[in-house]
Amino acid sequence: MTQRTLLRLAWQSILKNKMRTLLTMLGIVIGVGAVIVMVAVGQGAQAQIEAQISSLGTNLIIVLPGSIAQGGVSQGAATFNRLSIQDAEKLKREGTTFAAVSPVVSTRLVVIGPQGNWRTSINGVSTDYFTIRDWTVTSGAIFVDADVTSGRKIAVIGATVAKQLFPGQDATGAQIQIGHVPFTVLGVLVAKGQNAGGQDQDDVILMPYTTAQTRLSGNVRIGQILVSTFTPGDIPAAQNEITSIMREAHRLGDGADDDFTVRNQTEIAKAATSTTSVMSGLLAAIASVSLIVGGIGIMNIMLVSVTERTREIGIRMAIGARGSDVLTQFLVESIVISILGGIVGLFAGYGGAMALAHFTGWNTVVPPSAVLMAVGFSGAVGVFFGYYPARKAAALNPIEALRYE
Amino acid sequence: MTSGGVADSSRPVIEVTNVTKIYRMGENKVFALREVNLKVFPGELVAVMGSSGSGKSTLMNILGCLDVPTAGQYALDGVRVDGLSRNALADLRNQKLGFVFQGFNLLARTSAIENVELPLLYDRTGRWKDPRALAGEALARVGLGERFDHQPSELSGGQQQRVAIARALVTHPMLLLADEPTGNLDSRMTVEVMVLIQELNDQGITVVIVTHEPDVSRYAKRIIELRDGHVLRDHPIEKRRSAAADLAALGDEVIASPAEVTAP
Ligand SMILES: Nc1ncnc2c1ncn2[C@@H]1O[C@H](COP(=O)(O)OP(=O)(O)O)[C@@H](O)[C@H]1O
Ligand SMILES: [Mg+2]
Repeated sequence: MTQRTLLRLAWQSILKNKMRTLLTMLGIVIGVGAVIVMVAVGQGAQAQIEAQISSLGTNLIIVLPGSIAQGGVSQGAATFNRLSIQDAEKLKREGTTFAAVSPVVSTRLVVIGPQGNWRTSINGVSTDYFTIRDWTVTSGAIFVDADVTSGRKIAVIGATVAKQLFPGQDATGAQIQIGHVPFTVLGVLVAKGQNAGGQDQDDVILMPYTTAQTRLSGNVRIGQILVSTFTPGDIPAAQNEITSIMREAHRLGDGADDDFTVRNQTEIAKAATSTTSVMSGLLAAIASVSLIVGGIGIMNIMLVSVTERTREIGIRMAIGARGSDVLTQFLVESIVISILGGIVGLFAGYGGAMALAHFTGWNTVVPPSAVLMAVGFSGAVGVFFGYYPARKAAALNPIEALRYE
Repeated sequence: MTSGGVADSSRPVIEVTNVTKIYRMGENKVFALREVNLKVFPGELVAVMGSSGSGKSTLMNILGCLDVPTAGQYALDGVRVDGLSRNALADLRNQKLGFVFQGFNLLARTSAIENVELPLLYDRTGRWKDPRALAGEALARVGLGERFDHQPSELSGGQQQRVAIARALVTHPMLLLADEPTGNLDSRMTVEVMVLIQELNDQGITVVIVTHEPDVSRYAKRIIELRDGHVLRDHPIEKRRSAAADLAALGDEVIASPAEVTAP
């Protein structure tokens, strides 16, 4: 029997029982649809995070205090701080592969404006910071190197801060107090929105790092040094260069571990998306339970159908069908039903993902591989759950099957 | 259109030697056949008769390679059948045998032509080039040339049985086995079916037909009577009737009174 004939026979008998076929398919449709919606939600979240990471700036490398390598536990920030302004200046001075270098001196303080207070992050940075983060102002200006050198009391404020302290007004040129020190607002930053961690990137005030270190009281520390390269291809060389300059600055001997960590953007993105990918994997796993339930549905219906069609099987055997012919026919039937279900489920899932995006505002992305996955998985379900009933059909005794009422 | 059956008239198509068939029902043994010996030669038309439970169907199942004897041997066309695998038996059924059943046994919701085509699709020798066309010819041969697309439920009993005969003859079998083929038919349809069977027999196909009805057995060339699994009598028929002649005679009666087309 040729493959075409086999498909035709299976198709004939699928068409002979449309209602049964539709109900059987429904389980697979729902299973595949659910998996696709879940994958779309997960992929959407991941894509969003990746977009946010790239909004950090282009070709970014971050130097953090402490070594991740030390016993797998970060020895950074809170325990001891071994990044200094000198490190940043040395990187800036000696680096050959860097486009820009900026320390980030950060603290949180209450800011007093003419109409109210607002607690926000204060970041002391160099002028390179604006290059690295590809950040400009909507009004006013950013500060220049001379402002950094002289430690002027000027601030560039984020869009959220501007909205809180100067609702409906242009803040440029206004006076504010940061930790009781008077500052002049030099400009207002372009809004960037949330970052990967869900933090508002616009809830920030930028000022020269020199000013931050000398004028602000409290826990002022260098949280990180940001470095950017000219092209993504420069990143590995730049990371090596950072490491060697930093080791020299910290006078680390040959055997000593790094007391700082160098991360590029890809690594940061990976760390940030690993949680979401675990989440989306979990969602897909839960959804695949419904696919299995759909498969059991197929097995159930096929088993009933083997009983129902016992006489048909007997007739086929009497006129010369081998057990393997009957097995293949039933198997092809269940595979065709489940692949059809998979294809319908693919469209249902696609529609579901779009509807979900529309009604919840979530970002959903149906990956192209979902097409293969839907067809592949549903086919596998068809084989797996169709095999047992098919084998049962094939093992029937022709006389008993013929006598079956 | 040569049949495999017309070859060697000296070699029996069927050779049954000391065949016993025992069914076990828990503790009990049912002897469905006891030491049956039987030879059927090419071109014969044998009627197997006997009361219900005498073993007719059991014998037909063994002859049809659907079942194997408990003891004894069966050779079909000179080939020993006992000991063959399920697959080999399936291939034998496909290539050498045609079945006609009392209950027609057509596939439901499947057109006449698709039913007739089916045995050709299970062929493994690759000898049938255009199954559709061959199925069409077979249907035409049983007088159902215009009913290719009818499903069994849209056909009368006699027409269904003719579709079943077309399905049996489409592979040009050497042996046609019919278990009470007229059991569900009225007398006119019975004669119509017997016309076909006699025609096929005349064309060289060996036929074994099980029947209750003495009227039907008179169309055969030889009668074998079974009782309790034994062959009680085995004798040729001297005055064999022609179904075609009977049908011609019936034809007038149908026109006269269609309602009373029962026993003439
Ligand atoms: N599958 C079976 N299991 C048990 N007994 C059976 C089976 N098939 C037939 N028999 C018994 O074998 C005997 C012969 O049956 P069968 O060949 O069907 O007779 P017939 O066709 O002449 O009416 C009967 O007694 C019947 O009850
Ligand atoms: Mg019987």
